[in-house]
Amino acid sequence: MVSTRFAGLARRGLSIMDSSMLARLGRTGSIIMRRLSLAGLHRTAAATVLAFILTCGAHAATEVELEPAGNDPDNINSLQRGARNFMNYCSGCHSAKYVRFNTLGRGLELSEDQLVENLMFNAEKTFETIQAAMPMNDAARWFGQPPPDMSLIARARGTDYVFNFIKGFYLDPDSPTGVDNRVLAGTSMPHVLWELQGYQTADYSIDENGTEHFEGFEQVTEGSLSAEEFDEFARDTVNFLEYISEPVRSTRRVLGVWVLMFLIVFWIIASMLKKQVWKDVT
Amino acid sequence: MARIESEVGTRTGAVMKWIDDRFPFTETMKYHITEYYASKNFNWWYIFGVLAMVVLVIQILSGIFLTMNYKPSATDAFASVEYIMRDVEWGWLIRYMHSTGASFFFIVVYLHMYRAMLYGSYKKPRELIWVIGMLIFFVLFAEAFAGYLLPWGQMSYWGAQVIISLFGAIPVVGEALVEIIRGDYAITDITLNRFFALHVIVLPLALIALVFVHIVALHHVGSNNPDGVEIKEHKGPDGIPLDGIAFHPYHTTKDLVGIIVFLMLFSAVMFFAPDMGGYFLEHANFEPANVMATPEHIAPVWYFTPFYAILRAVPDKLWGAVLMAGSVLLPAFLPWLDRARVKSIRYRGWIYKMALGAFVISFCTLGWLGMQPAEGLYVLMARIFSVIYFAFFLTMPYYTTIDKTKPVPERVVYHG
Repeated sequence: MVSTRFAGLARRGLSIMDSSMLARLGRTGSIIMRRLSLAGLHRTAAATVLAFILTCGAHAATEVELEPAGNDPDNINSLQRGARNFMNYCSGCHSAKYVRFNTLGRGLELSEDQLVENLMFNAEKTFETIQAAMPMNDAARWFGQPPPDMSLIARARGTDYVFNFIKGFYLDPDSPTGVDNRVLAGTSMPHVLWELQGYQTADYSIDENGTEHFEGFEQVTEGSLSAEEFDEFARDTVNFLEYISEPVRSTRRVLGVWVLMFLIVFWIIASMLKKQVWKDVT
Repeated sequence: MARIESEVGTRTGAVMKWIDDRFPFTETMKYHITEYYASKNFNWWYIFGVLAMVVLVIQILSGIFLTMNYKPSATDAFASVEYIMRDVEWGWLIRYMHSTGASFFFIVVYLHMYRAMLYGSYKKPRELIWVIGMLIFFVLFAEAFAGYLLPWGQMSYWGAQVIISLFGAIPVVGEALVEIIRGDYAITDITLNRFFALHVIVLPLALIALVFVHIVALHHVGSNNPDGVEIKEHKGPDGIPLDGIAFHPYHTTKDLVGIIVFLMLFSAVMFFAPDMGGYFLEHANFEPANVMATPEHIAPVWYFTPFYAILRAVPDKLWGAVLMAGSVLLPAFLPWLDRARVKSIRYRGWIYKMALGAFVISFCTLGWLGMQPAEGLYVLMARIFSVIYFAFFLTMPYYTTIDKTKPVPERVVYHG
């Protein structure tokens, strides 16, 4: 109940975006650094340390340029669609073994009936976690390694990575599955979503140093979804993956606002107390 | 009314007397708190000692609750952390508190040490306080390192692999030593178990004991101040230092304000950016440890990276390890490397100011370099800044002797 209420509060705009928060912190850090540097050498040094800590916002750059996922974890409808996508297209092979159906239902504002009818294809009780339908031992034999668990993939690799991975399958006659992936070359995962996306080829140009540069995809066969619709499909799915990688995200941010408001009040009182006590210090 | 008050007074007085006859309660309270006199001109640099204590308490309290739900086994550790994050009531808060606390511990301790360098707090008669503090720093390193293995993620595993293997560079005993540390021929369940024992019992006990001794030594000689003036040299007729004010209620109420500001920063990270963009919680550590897959890029957590950069700046493994150990140990000798007559940066000459600035820049740059791949320009930069780092300490006896210092005032400077 509590988490649902927090999620609701978060949607009403009390929350602050993680990434923009970090960017702001970083900017504040450098402003503090500039102001303090005027005041003396030792302060500059301290400010450098501070700015160094605060500007640590950006992810490490990967070799492949990634299109931003642009998903919004506060959008419950998108998360619900993402859950539908995941259970229908991914959970046959990929588990999300730390995610329980009942907590998922609470977070996504779904009733028990909705859960049982729409998401729990491979589970009996709502306290069970999301297990893959495919036996993992067989999977390891078929694919070289079992399909990875999806509980934390968005936190480990980043949402942009997963978004581009989902969209990145292209025809490759040399691959046993007939496709390769732009983001994860040599992946043993087949193009599961071919019915929706259709098939595409990738254009690579080779520069004078012999390095390959990705130029773009070319649609070969049409899928049942348009390019925009498929983007939405991938975005919802990534959104869901981000949600399950840290279900408390909205809870912690709403709670954080309250904690900070309390600390501000406490700070005012403590400052007044200090002033009072220090009156006789001359 | 007056009769009741005096009766209550007598009764508490009697209880206190009973206790004081058996344990020096009032005496200890006076000595360490109500009649411990510290300079009135402390600036905000003087908050970090108290903050280090606050973080220590945060880590111990959150650590106790983590221990109740964590499973120190190679098969269960990763899942038990996720269990804490998802299924344990308020488990996520406890875990983020502990992971955020680990990084903040180092932020606070680094700034606390830097304050000592600014105001010459390690100089006579406070050499032992500094040396004990350095011991705390070493134990804290070990504590953080052992703790980082426990979530059993990819970075936990491979980071530990890299650091433990460094001991193998020691001639003759190296390989045997590595086996003793790991308790096995590789990092396994056995290693995880002994690191857990070290992290929750041995090292915290050592840490608490050393912090206690650190404070006993401090209260024996008295705190330094931003002017580096010994306030005990100017006492009033009552024997109280003229520039000193009691720790309680003066410094306690002032520290409270600082603690709240600190808790705001702490909460801002804990609630809004617990990963801190991959610096406090590394992305790769959200994948369980996999013996078969070495991550492309192994970087220790940010607080180890300045020393890690020095290690990688040297092409030879043994000498790299020696220089890294040297870079951690060297600051312990500061009280004897620094020959200046004045303590505080306020009265030092330009040479020391430039040297300290160069040191801070090289320390931070090394920290950044330690997170970058060791190739090309990065290696060259790491070498240059390593040289500056060592030069700061090793040439200190020379430049602090020739540096022109300013006259130190008799009493502390205080503007009210």
